[in-house]
This record gives sequence, C-alpha cells and structure tokens, in this order.
Amino acid sequence: MRYLGLTEADRRQMLAAIGEPDIDALFRDVPAGALNPQIDLPPHQGELEVERQFAALAKKNISPMDVPFFLGAGAYRHHIPAAADHLIQRSEFLTSYTPYQPEISQGTLQYLFEFQTQVAMITGMEVANASMYDGATAAAEAVLMAQRVTKRSKAVLSGGLHPHYRDVIATLLDQTDQPLVAAPADLDGTEDLSGLIDDQTACVVVQNPSVFGHLRDLSALAKACQAKGALLIVAIAEVTSLGLVTPPGAMGADIVVAEGQGLGVPLSFGGPYVGLFATREKYVRQMPGRLCGETVDQDGRRGFVLTLSAREQHIRREKATSNICTNSGLCALAFTIHLSLLGEVGLVRLAEINHAKAVQLAEKLAGVKGVEIIPQAFYNEFALRLPKPAADVVEQLAARKILGGVPAARLYPAETALANVLLVTATETNAESDMDALVGALKEVL
Amino acid sequence: MTIRYTKDHEWIRLDGAVATVGISEYAQSQLGDIVFVDLPEPGKKVDAGDEVAVVESVKAASEVYAPVGGEVTEKNQAIIDDPSLVNQSPMAEGWFVKMKISDPDALDALMDQAAYDAYLKTL
Amino acid sequence: MLNRQGRPSTPSQAADSAAAGTITGNRGLLQEEALIFEIGEEGRTGVDLPDAPKVKDRLGGLRRTGRIGLPGLSEPQVIRHFVRLSQRNYSIDAGLYPLGSCTMKHNPRLNEKMARLPGLGDLHPLQPVSTVQGALKLIDTLAGWLKKLTGMPAVAMSPAAGAHGELCGLMAIRAALKARGDVRKRILAPESAHGTNPATAAMCGYVVDPIPATAEGRVDLEALRVKLGPDVAAIMLTNPNTCGLFEREIRQVADLIHGVGGFFYCDGANFNAIVGKVRPGDLGIDAMHINLHKTFSTPHGGGGPGAGPVVLSEALKDFMPVPYVVHGKDGFALVEHDGARSFGRMKSFHGQMGMFIRALAYMMSHGADGLRRVAEDSVLSANYVMASLKDIMTPSFPGPCMHEALFDDRFLKETGVTTLDFAKAMIDEGYHPMTVYFPLVVHGAMLIEPTESESKDSLDTFIGTLRGLAEKALQGDQAPWFRGAPYLTPRRRLDETRAARAPILRWKPGTNAAPAARAAAE
Repeated sequence: MRYLGLTEADRRQMLAAIGEPDIDALFRDVPAGALNPQIDLPPHQGELEVERQFAALAKKNISPMDVPFFLGAGAYRHHIPAAADHLIQRSEFLTSYTPYQPEISQGTLQYLFEFQTQVAMITGMEVANASMYDGATAAAEAVLMAQRVTKRSKAVLSGGLHPHYRDVIATLLDQTDQPLVAAPADLDGTEDLSGLIDDQTACVVVQNPSVFGHLRDLSALAKACQAKGALLIVAIAEVTSLGLVTPPGAMGADIVVAEGQGLGVPLSFGGPYVGLFATREKYVRQMPGRLCGETVDQDGRRGFVLTLSAREQHIRREKATSNICTNSGLCALAFTIHLSLLGEVGLVRLAEINHAKAVQLAEKLAGVKGVEIIPQAFYNEFALRLPKPAADVVEQLAARKILGGVPAARLYPAETALANVLLVTATETNAESDMDALVGALKEVL
Repeated sequence: MTIRYTKDHEWIRLDGAVATVGISEYAQSQLGDIVFVDLPEPGKKVDAGDEVAVVESVKAASEVYAPVGGEVTEKNQAIIDDPSLVNQSPMAEGWFVKMKISDPDALDALMDQAAYDAYLKTL
Repeated sequence: MLNRQGRPSTPSQAADSAAAGTITGNRGLLQEEALIFEIGEEGRTGVDLPDAPKVKDRLGGLRRTGRIGLPGLSEPQVIRHFVRLSQRNYSIDAGLYPLGSCTMKHNPRLNEKMARLPGLGDLHPLQPVSTVQGALKLIDTLAGWLKKLTGMPAVAMSPAAGAHGELCGLMAIRAALKARGDVRKRILAPESAHGTNPATAAMCGYVVDPIPATAEGRVDLEALRVKLGPDVAAIMLTNPNTCGLFEREIRQVADLIHGVGGFFYCDGANFNAIVGKVRPGDLGIDAMHINLHKTFSTPHGGGGPGAGPVVLSEALKDFMPVPYVVHGKDGFALVEHDGARSFGRMKSFHGQMGMFIRALAYMMSHGADGLRRVAEDSVLSANYVMASLKDIMTPSFPGPCMHEALFDDRFLKETGVTTLDFAKAMIDEGYHPMTVYFPLVVHGAMLIEPTESESKDSLDTFIGTLRGLAEKALQGDQAPWFRGAPYLTPRRRLDETRAARAPILRWKPGTNAAPAARAAAE
C-alpha cells in the first residue's frame, strides 16, 4: 500500500521491541467480539483505477465550464488566477496545521494577519478574525456574539436574508429556545424592519445585496438599531460586490459577515467555503474564532501569534465564545492570494465588470415577453418574475444545456407566491453569447 | 485589619466596613502573565461564591469569585489599564474590587494566613 | 482560581541573538518578507481584466467612494511573497509532525487532483439535481463507506469540521429527547475531554458535568454511576480517549447511559486508531463525528477547512440536518427541506464536497484491507515510540496505548526544563513538537501521535532525537539553553503577552515598520 511506511520486517522488529507477539495484542482493550469485523468494502486500488472511477462520476454532471451558466444565490462562479491555486498547493501551506508553534508557522500566521487586514478593509470595519466555516455559520455566530454584547436575546432577521443563513441561525437559536423574528420574504425590497426592533432586540440581520438582488442603503436601519441599543449585522453573500458597493462599515454596521467564496475559492458543489467575520474593535473580546496578532520575538523582530485565545474553547471550555476549532485556513489563504493579485485596481475593475454584465443581462432579459426584472438597484444578481413556475423553466433550460439560474422555490419551497421567481447572476465569466443563448432559450420555453 | 483566603485563591481584607478583594500571590504565579481583567460595575450585588470578575493570561482564563456576599462599591481601574499590576503586586496595588459586605462574620469561615499557607502546601 | 499549569509566555531576553549579521536580515535561503501592504503600490495589479461593458449603472447611488486601501502587486511579486511565507512553515511533507490528537498523516496528491476534476470541483450547489447525479452519487458512496466502517445506519454529511459535527450530534440528541417530551439539562464528559466538547454542550444549552478518570486514565465507572440520572441528556466520550487509551468498559458506559434514557455521543477525533479494525456501532454509541481531515487525509491546510460527518444510530437518524441525499425514482435526489423531524440546517448548501472527494479518493486507494492496516500501523508506531522512550521519559499510563503515546513532565522534574522548553528544543532538531499541555489531566503533557505514514527509520531517528534531548535535559545544568530554544528558526520565541495585552490585529498605514527596519530600531 503506497501510503504506508512500514515493511513486514519493520513490523516484526517493532513488535519485538515492544514485547508483544502480534498486532492484535496491542488492541487487547477492545471488548470481546468487536475486533476485526468483516467489512464489506472493496480492497485497495492504484491511482489509475481510482482516477477512472472519479472521472466516470464527473462525466455524470454538467460542468458550468461547458454551458451558459447563470447561477448564484450564495455561491458565485469567478475566474480563479492560476497562481492562486498553485500557491495554496505548496506543501508548507497545504500540509501544515493550526499555527500552535509560532516559530515554525510564521507563514500561516502572516497570511492570516494579511487576511484579517484585507477583510477589515473591504468591509469597512476595524477588525476581522481568521475565518469561519462559511457565510451562514458566520452569521449565526454573529447573532450569538450580539447576544453576548447586548445581554439580550431577540434576533430580527430580514426577509432579504438568504434562507440558508436564516435556517442556520434559527437552528442554532432553537437549541436554547431563544426568540427569533424572521420577516417574510422581501421580494420587492421594500421591507421596513424598524417596527420590529425593541429594547429586547439583540440584533438585526440583513443581507446586502439581498437574496433577491436588491441593493439598499442600510444607514437608516443602523440608526434605528442604535436607537434601541441593538446591533446591526450585515451579511454579504457575494464578496466581490465590496469592490463597487458602499461597504457595510460605512453604513453603520456593528458586525459584518460574508461568504468569501467569490475570491479564490472554487464552487466545489457548495463547500468548503470561507466565512468572513468583521466587527468594531471594542467588541473584539466577544468575537468567535481564531485571531492572529502582531508581536515581536525575543530578538525584537516582528512576528505573529494566535492571540486572545482565552476566548476560545481550548482554554475557556464551556464558557468559550464559540466551539469552533478548525476553521477554513486554506480557503482564507486562497482568498488572500486572489485579493493580493487583484489589488485595489483589480478588485474594483472585477466588480465593475460583474455589475456591467448583470446590467447587460437584465436589459436583454427585460426584452423577453412576460419577464419582469424585480430589483431597481442590484450588483451582479437579480430576481426575475416569469409567467410560469421557475423550477420547470430551469429544467427545460437544462435540457437545452443551459444552466439558467436558481428558482426561488429551491430556497422557499413553501412560498407559492415565489414559484415563478428566478434568481439570475452574471459574472465576468459570462460571454455576451451566453446571455443571448439564455434569452433565446427563454423565448422558446416561455 | 484581617485578611482571609478562599480555596479558589481569592483574598479579602476587611478595613472597617470596606472589604477589598484580590487574587493571591500563588494565583498570579499560576496564571502567568495576566493580559486582561474584566471587573464588575459598582452597585453589583453578589452572594458568596458568585462570579465577580474574570482574569485572563495568555494560556488560561479564570473566574474570580466573591469570597463573601455584598455589594461592589469600587473597581480597580488601574488593573484594567495595566493588567501586569496583578502580577507585580497581587496583594496591594493589584486589588480587584472593593465591597460593602453584608455579614462581616462570614469572613470567619475563610482561611487565615496560616491556614492558607498550609493549604498551599497540600497542592 | 484555577490551578493550571502556568507556562512562560514572554521570552527570556537572556539568550543570544542569531539573527544579526546580514544587511537584509535574510539568512541565505531564509528570506525576510514584509507584509503585502508594505510591498504593494497603488495602481499595480496582478490580474489583467478587460474593460467593463459600457452601461448606465444600477447601483442605486450606493457606489463606493474613496479608496479601500488594498495594495497593488504584480503576479511575480505575489508569487514571491507567498513562496517566501510558505518557507516559514513546518509541514507534514517536510517532516514527522507528531501533533497528538490531530493525526498529521500523509496527504496524497491524488486527492488534490480528483478534487479539481472538471465536472466535480466546479459544480454549483444549486444546479438542477438532474445535472449533478455524479456528485450526489459520490456523496452517497462516501456515506456508504462511512456507515460500513463505523457499523452505523445513517450519516449526516453537512458538518464542516469536528466541532461542527459535535454540534450536529448534540442537536440530534436534543431533538430526539424533545420528540419524546423529555427535557434534560446535563451532559457528562470526562475531565480529559477536548475543549470543544464542553463548548459545544454549552451552545446547546446543556450544563457540562465532568467525570473523573481512574488512575489508569480511563472513565471511572463508579463515578459515572453516581453522576447518572434522569436529567442526563448524553455522555460525550472520546474513544480512543485523549490519553491515547481505548475505553475498555465502553459497552458498560453505553448500557449505563442508555439505562437512564440518555444518549452516547462518541468523539471520533481518534478514529484513526481503529478504522477498519473496530466498528463504533458494535460498542453501543448513538452518534460520532469523523474528522475527514484527520483519519481520511484531506489536508489540514494550516487550520482547515475540515469536514465532520456524523454517523447516527436508529434512534437519532430521523433527526439529521438537511440537506441529505436519498435514492429517488429518477436517480439521486436531495432533501433540502424536511418539515418532519430534521432538527434544521447547519451550513449553506450540502457539506464540504471538496473534502468528500479527497476522503473518498483516500478510502478507495486504501480499500478495506489498507484502512485496517492504517489503524494497525498507527497503533504499532505509537507503541514503538512509547516502548523506546519509557526508560528515559515518563509515560503517564501503562500501555499498550492506541495511536498516540502520552508522556508527562515527571522526567524533567529536577531539571528546570519545562514541557514547553523541551518542545521548543525539538524545533531546532527539525521536528514539529508533539501536542503539549493537553490533555489537562496529566502534568506537562506531551502527546505524541506518529501516524502510520512514517517508516521505521524515520521513527528511529525521531526516537533518537528525543532521547538525546532528554539526556541533555537530565545533565542538570541545561535549563537556560532549553529556555532559549529555538535558536535556528525564522523567528525565535514570540512575546505572546505583548500580543494579548495590546492587541494589534491588522495592519494600518504607517503603524508597522518593515521587519528589518523594526529590528534595527529595537
């Protein structure tokens, strides 16, 4: 077996050194009858045989590379520079672990410090942590943090919040029977949450752009939160939007969470992704997750360490700010490399292209009979109202080798009012010919 | 002036009606370099054994419990600003809170210096 | 106040500096590297993008104003920066990484190649299920392997890491109790438990009640009996446990907890010791997470991403989180909304697919026979390390151990050398230290997990190094030297106290001098 280091002769010598007759003697503490069960699984295989089986599985899928593709709804297709994927596969990044020994982990620690800085910059916040699992879990952790900061329990969720985020928050709060007010789906982007905020409210969670694509100025909502002593948590599902759109920090957000997948991380059928988490400096001790900080070594040279660890489970145990341990280090690295490659100029330009492509697509789709574009203001994604159920339309488009969007019903199966709503995204990866193919196919299908 | 200790290594010193609470020399040495102290606001009422403060070093975090019941009257801003004071002077400048205690006799249940020294030898 | 093992967190200033001497601060192949914010310049970029199509914007007046502050770098600058950073990291690929309870085994590159196949790595999670039948089959196949290897009837695939898996398990337990109208308050967990166990229990609103260990490092059944009651929701037990021992009386533990109507959560962090060799399902457990990044070699990636699928018993399986894959009439289907019994959702989308692909590639490569060999060789290697060091270092408990060997600091008692100092000295010898100061139940713990990846030569060299260091410590006058270690690393001991007292968590313009200038200034 190619991955194992011992030969039969080694094993015999080692057993002799230990003073045991055979390997099973080392397992003597296992209860009777439980050792060496028959397990009905195939035997070991070489690389070639394994590759063949994965290639066969891959062929059963339609790759977004091969067809016009317009899906978003929380996961976005962007071009990843070759250098980013190459660099994250360097042994020293790929096969190291959490930097528990800072003297031999300065590489990881320095990029985490850079990641934290980049996240703080693009969100317009003061500090950020070293990553969470994904945007939705970051949002749930943000709600728990707001409860600790405000010493209140009620969370108010916007109807523009992605249902996955809503459900992850609801599932977590349900464990301790905490009150939750989830506003109804806000298809039109007109909701006013201020009436739901009271002096029991720990936080309001709102997504920008919303799951239906609406871009909104959240400054008034931030003021309404502040007036009642609640925190405003802003979720960003499409991180590249921060290259073009006013950041949540400038609108008065107290905590910003984001799905960082859009920079450096492949779609990979939904994971692993990387959650971004940023807040104000004064709340830093209530933050979940790892934090990297600057310090000096004993020769006075700048270096980095994991810090404020007393918040975390390995020290604080049941009083920790979160149970998170392993987070999303390598995806954070991919994010940081991609953003380093882009730089200010590149990020802004990437975002401009995404927005312009989406505007182009919206204009083309608006010309299809029976199609209505819902948001007035959007970034690279918007909801469409179709004259018939969007799920059927998407299937018919797929049969024509077009992945045309995400039917809202996939996220809101119980909401019949959303049955005809389709979520459509354009990114820098969409050629104009893809858009024309979608428009042409829609005309046939509708 | 009497000074008493708890098994959790808090000390309490009674000076007239005002009691001062801190952590012992042993406690600070076990914690190592203290980096953060969280103290209650004056006015907070506590029972004996209630959590009254949190102290953090790089590698540990610990609650500080009220040795006896009473009301917090003052917190030591100096150790919030410079937590190393707790390491340098745990029994004096590094005090945590002052309290108005409800029952001065409750101190009798705690260890005096000799008893505490003997207790430390058992650890 | 707690009585924890303090350890120095501020480096001593006494030891000499090996850094000085060059103009740049570089030392040959080891190059100093500034932060990207100090290298980059406005206006430069490492990505060529076309002009955006000319359109009238529809941002509703929410266009960002002012600079973000991101630096601009060319592609070669970026590559050089991150290559230099990488050279400051230890890695499994470079050497033995005996970090106990983390299972730092070889990460096959085949896994990486498979995760990047077109048609797998680039799929969108919300494509119509008719267009992702291969992906769903892959998840179903991996689920099948996990169920067979654990002897359990069901598995929840979506948890993103071990601690997330623990949360999933406890949520399922809570939902099952709730479904029978049974509200319970307490979770029992051994004192030696990983910190995630009590932290997770607290997130689910439970009070954690610790159970002491016996003198031989296992759960004290008598103490457990005393703690049991009708308000106990579950016991969380790591097996093999964090002392590296198999819980001999695990079936009695299962019977006892089931006897009071509670559930048995097994922390599967140490599954590597028994994969293919013992099925947890044969031992009476109700739920167990499996760290795919440990046992099944998906890389640790500098601290994630991981994946933590949770196998579930008949009593718990109906409560598993959405989404899950089912066999439908037209192939595989995804249940993304389950109004019936599921306790809810744990993350966006369907789970850590990238990790599923890697783990399945690893499993298929090993097969049932190879996986059993993994467990055997990992246990054999740990016992060999223990047997080879027991005369000079102090094992905490008599063997045999499972896949990790636990030592404490009794052998250092008269030397003035601490566990931390000993670990730091290993770094200069080219090793990542073992896990130190965990578990908390022994003093100055050193938990060594060699894994099955090492050759005997590699183990012998490692053992020889530890013997040499132990002998050096036992000379009696070497404490100052140990306290100064490491001497040969890009950075020596770092001032953690300074970092925590006045945290600097990000770069800001003008606040951070370049490293060489900084060194000169101080």
